[in-house]
Amino acid sequence: MRYLPLTPEDRAQMLGVIGVDSIDALFVDVPASAQRSGTVDLPLHAGELEVEREMAALAKRNRSAGEGPFFCGAGAYRHHVPATVDHIIQRSEFLTSYTPYQPEIAQGTLQVLFEFQTQVAALTGMEVANASLYDGSTAAAEAVMMATRVTRRNKAVMSGGVHPHYVETIDTLAHAAGVATERLAVAIDAEDAVIAAIDADTACVVVQTPNVFGTATDVTKIAAAAQAAGALLIVVTTEVVSLGLLKSPGEMGADIVVAEGQSIGNGLNFGGPYVGLFACKEKYIRQAPGRLCGETVDADGRRGFVLTLSTREQHIRRDKATSNICTNSGLCALAFSIHMSLLGEVGLRQLAAINHEKARALRDALAAIPGVEILTPRFFNEFAIRVPGNAADMVETLAGHGIIAGVPFSRLDAHAGLDDVLLVAATETTLDIDITFFSKVLAKVVAQ
Amino acid sequence: MRFTKDHEWVAVEGDVATVGITAYAAEQLGDVVFVEVPEVGKTVKQGDGLAVVESVKAASDVYAPVSGEVVEANTALGDAPETVNSVPEAGGWFAKLKLSNPSEVEALMDRDAYEAFLSTL
Amino acid sequence: MSMNSVGRPTRPETANDAAGAHETLTGARGLLQDEALIFELGGWDKTGVDLPDASASADDLDSLLRTAPIGLPGLSEPETVRHYVRLSQKNHAIDLALYPLGSCTMKHNPRLNEKMARLPGFSDIHPLQPQSTVQGALQLMDRLAHWLKTLTGMPAVALTPKAGAHGEMCGMLAIRAAHEANGQGHRKTVLAPTSAHGTNPATAAFVGYTVVEIAQTEDGRVDMADLESKLGDHVAAIMVTNPNTCGLFERDIVEIARLTHAAGAYFYCDGANFNAIVGRVRPGDLGVDAMHINLHKTFSTPHGGGGPGAGPVVLSEALAPFAPTPWLVHGDDGFSLVEHAGEEGAETAFGRLSAFHGQMGMYVRAYAYMLSHGADGLRQVAEDAVLNANYLKARLSDVMSPAFPEGPCMHEALFDDSWLEGTGVTTLDFAKAMIDEGFHPMTMYFPLVVHGAMLIEPTETESRQELDRFVEALRALAGAAKAGDVERFKGAPFHAPMRRLDETLAARKPRLRWKPVAEAPLAAE
Repeated sequence: MRYLPLTPEDRAQMLGVIGVDSIDALFVDVPASAQRSGTVDLPLHAGELEVEREMAALAKRNRSAGEGPFFCGAGAYRHHVPATVDHIIQRSEFLTSYTPYQPEIAQGTLQVLFEFQTQVAALTGMEVANASLYDGSTAAAEAVMMATRVTRRNKAVMSGGVHPHYVETIDTLAHAAGVATERLAVAIDAEDAVIAAIDADTACVVVQTPNVFGTATDVTKIAAAAQAAGALLIVVTTEVVSLGLLKSPGEMGADIVVAEGQSIGNGLNFGGPYVGLFACKEKYIRQAPGRLCGETVDADGRRGFVLTLSTREQHIRRDKATSNICTNSGLCALAFSIHMSLLGEVGLRQLAAINHEKARALRDALAAIPGVEILTPRFFNEFAIRVPGNAADMVETLAGHGIIAGVPFSRLDAHAGLDDVLLVAATETTLDIDITFFSKVLAKVVAQ
Repeated sequence: MRFTKDHEWVAVEGDVATVGITAYAAEQLGDVVFVEVPEVGKTVKQGDGLAVVESVKAASDVYAPVSGEVVEANTALGDAPETVNSVPEAGGWFAKLKLSNPSEVEALMDRDAYEAFLSTL
Repeated sequence: MSMNSVGRPTRPETANDAAGAHETLTGARGLLQDEALIFELGGWDKTGVDLPDASASADDLDSLLRTAPIGLPGLSEPETVRHYVRLSQKNHAIDLALYPLGSCTMKHNPRLNEKMARLPGFSDIHPLQPQSTVQGALQLMDRLAHWLKTLTGMPAVALTPKAGAHGEMCGMLAIRAAHEANGQGHRKTVLAPTSAHGTNPATAAFVGYTVVEIAQTEDGRVDMADLESKLGDHVAAIMVTNPNTCGLFERDIVEIARLTHAAGAYFYCDGANFNAIVGRVRPGDLGVDAMHINLHKTFSTPHGGGGPGAGPVVLSEALAPFAPTPWLVHGDDGFSLVEHAGEEGAETAFGRLSAFHGQMGMYVRAYAYMLSHGADGLRQVAEDAVLNANYLKARLSDVMSPAFPEGPCMHEALFDDSWLEGTGVTTLDFAKAMIDEGFHPMTMYFPLVVHGAMLIEPTETESRQELDRFVEALRALAGAAKAGDVERFKGAPFHAPMRRLDETLAARKPRLRWKPVAEAPLAAE
C-alpha cells in the first residue's frame, strides 16, 4: 500500500519494542462483541491507475460548465480563475499545514489571513472582517446569532429577496438556538419592505443585494430604519464580484456584511467547499464568530501575526462560546486572496464591468423573445425571467440541446408560486455565441 | 475587605460595595486582555454573573459576591485591562453595587479566612 | 557533532547558534525574506490579469454604482507568485516533517486526491444545474455514503456538514428533532466527559441543551457510576469521544450505550479519532446513534491551514428520518436529491445546514483515498496508526511521563508534565523548543483533565525512520531540560522564522487589518 511506509519487518520490530506479540494486543480494550477478524465488505486496495479510471468514469457522467452554454447562478458563479491561484494553493506549506496555532512556524498562513481580512473589509466597506467561515449561507446564520447577542433581542426579519436556501439555513440554526425568524413574502424588488416589519424585539433585518432575483438595492434607508429601532442591518451578497461595480454595503450603513466568496478564486465544485466572508463594525468584533488574525510583535520586536481574541471560541469558552465553529475555510480564503491580489482594484472593477455587460447582452437577447418577460429591474450579472410554462421543464428540455439554461426558482422554493420563473446569470466566461444559441433555442422551445 | 471562594473581593463604604477579583485570581489568569463590565442600572443577585475577565488563554465569569444594583462600572478597564494585573485589589475594581442585602457581606470570608482558604488549594 | 545516517558530519562542531548575534541588514533570514504585506508593495494601479475592455456603460445602475476607491492593491503575476511563495516558506507542513498534533490526525495528503478533485466533471459543475446532468457526481456521493456506512456499520449518513463541529450540530439537531417527535422534548440535558473537545459543550449549548460533565476514572475512561447516577428522564443525549481524547478506547462503551438507551437518551459519538479504528471496529457495533467523521482527518483531505473540512454524520435508524436536506435518493431513473424539508422523502428533516450539497471537493478526495486503500488498506491504516503511537509511547516513557502508563494507547500517546517538575521548563516551553529541532509541537494543554498535557498523534503515514528521528529529538530535549539547560526552552524558538509572538499585545490592542493611514509600530509593553 503506497501510502503506508512501515514494512512487515518494521512492524514486527516495533511490536517487540512495545513488548507485545501481535497488533491485536494493542486493541485489547475493544469489546469482544465489536472485534472483527477480517476486512469489512468493501473492495480491496487499488493502484493510482485503477482509481483514476473509476473516478474519470464518474466525472464523465457529469456535464461540466465549460462544455457549452451555461447560465446558472443563484449563489454560485462560474468565473475564470487564473492558473497561478491553483498552483499556489497546492504548495505543500499551504495545502498540508494545520490551523496556525504555533505562530512562529505558521507566519505564511497568518499573514495571508491578515491580508485576507483586510481585503474583505475593504471590499465590503466594513471596518473589520474575520478569517472566513464555511460559506455564505452559514455566515448569514452566524450573523443572525451574533445580532441577537449584540442587541440582546430575539427576532430576525428577513426580506423576501434573500436566497431561499440561506433562509432555510438561518431558520435551522435560529430554531435550534431559540431565535424567532420572520421571512417576508418572496418578492423580486422589495427589500425595503423589511422596514415596516421592524419592532422592539427585532435584533436584525437581513436583506440581500443583489438579491436572489438579481435585484440590486440601495439599503441606506433600511440601515437607518433598523439602527433607529436599535436593530442591526445584515447585508447578504452571494456574488462578490458585484462589489467591483456596486456601492459597498458598508458605505450604505450595514452593521454586518456576509458574502459567499466563491466567485473569487474558487471553482463551482458542485456546491463546496466555498468560503464565507464575514465583516462587521469594529465595536461588535468581540461578539463575532470564527477565527480572527491580528498583528503583534515577536520577542525580537519584529512584526508578526497570531490568531487572537480566541477567548470567544469553543476551545476556550466551551459552552459559552460565540459559536461552535472550529474551522474556517482556510485554503479557499487563500485562493480568494491570491485571485484578489492578481486582480487588484483595477482588475476587479474591469471584471465586474464585463460581467454586467454580458448580463445586459443576455437580457437584450432574451427580452426579444415573444413570451419571455424580464422581471428584474436593476441587476449586476443575474436576473429573473418569466417563461410561458414550467421553468424546470424548460431547463430539462434545453439541457437536451446542450444548454444549461439557469436555475428554475422552484428548485429553490417550490411553494412561492413562481414555477414559471427562471434565474439566469452571465459572467466573463459567457461567450456571445452562447447567448445567441441560448436565445435561439429558447425562442423555439417557447414557441412550441 | 471581604472575599469569596470564587476569588472576588468586596469593600463596603456606606451602602455601596466595590467589587473586584483578588490578587491570587489575577495571578492565576495571567495577562488580562479584556474586561466586560456590567451596565449601570443592572440588578444582580448574589452569585449572578457580573463581569467577564479574559486573558489570552482563558475567559472567566466574575460573580456578584453580594446582591444589589450596579451604580458604577470601571469603564477605564476597557483601555487598560492590565490594571487588573497591576492593582487587582484597588484600581482594578470592576463595579460598584448598591447593596440590597447588606447582611450578605458579613457571611463572606475576611482576609485571614481567605488566606487560609488559599492555602488549601 | 551531528551525523547523518551514513556518518558524515552535517554541521560544524562550533555552531553559531546565537540568532541575535548577526542580525541581517534587510531583516531577511537567509532564504526567508522579510516579506511586506500585499498592501505595502505599491500595487495600487496594477493588475495581474489581462481582461478585455468592457464597452457598455452601467448607467442603468445609477446611484448604486461605486464611486469611492475600494482600497485593493494588485500585482503582476510574477510579483504575486513571489509574494505567496515567500510567505509559504514560513509555514510548517506535513510534507516537511512529522506533525504530531494529537486529535488532529495530520496524515499524508495524497496528491492523486487533488488531481481527481480537479477533473472538470467534478470541479466545474454547478450545484443547481439539472440533476440529469450530474448523475456521476450524485453517484459518487452515493458510493462515498456506502463506504462510510459500511465502515461504521450504520444505516444512514448525512453528507452535508462542512466540518466536524458542523457535523456535531447536525447530529445534535437530529437528536433534538427525534426527541421532539417522540414527545420527549422536555429532555434538555447533555452529558459529556470533562475530557471532551470544546466543540461538544459548545454545540450542545448552541442547540439549547445544558451540559453536565461526567467524571473520569483514574485510568482515563468514563466513570460508569457517575454516568449512571446522572442519566435519567431529563437527559437528551450523551456525547462521548471514542477512542477518547486521552487516546484510550472506552472499554465500557457497549455498556455506556446500553445505559444511555435504557434511560431514553441517544448516544452521540465524537468521531474525531476514527482513524484509530477504521476498517477494524464499526461504531455501529458499539451502540452509537450518531457520529461525525472528519474527512480531513481519517480520510486525508488536506487541512489547508485551517479548512475547508468536511464532517458527514452517520445516523442510526432512529435518527435517520430527521437528517437535514438535501438527501440523496436512488430511483428508477437514476439519482436525485430531495432538497427541501417536508418534501417526499424528507418529511421529518430538521432543516438545512448550508446553501448547497456540502463539500463535494472533499467527497471526491475522500473517495479517491478510500478506493486507494480498500478495505484491507484502511484496516492497516488503523493498525499502523495505533502501532506508531504505542511505539512512541514505549520509546519515550522512560524520559517523559505517560498520563496513563498501564495498557496500550490507541492512535495517540498522552503525556503529562510531571516529568518536567523542578526543571523550570513548562509544556509550552518544551513545545517551542521542539520547533527549533524541526518538529511541529504536539497538542498541548488538551485534554484538560491531564496537567500540562502533551498529546502526540503520529498517524500511520510516518516511517519508522521519521519516528526514530522524532524520538531522538525529544529524548535529547528531555535530557537538556533535566540537565538545567533552561534558556534553550525559555527563549525558544530561536531558529524559526519568528521568535515567540506576543499574544497578550495582540489581544489587548487588536489590529485586525492593515490600514491605509500609517499606524505607529506595535511594541511590547
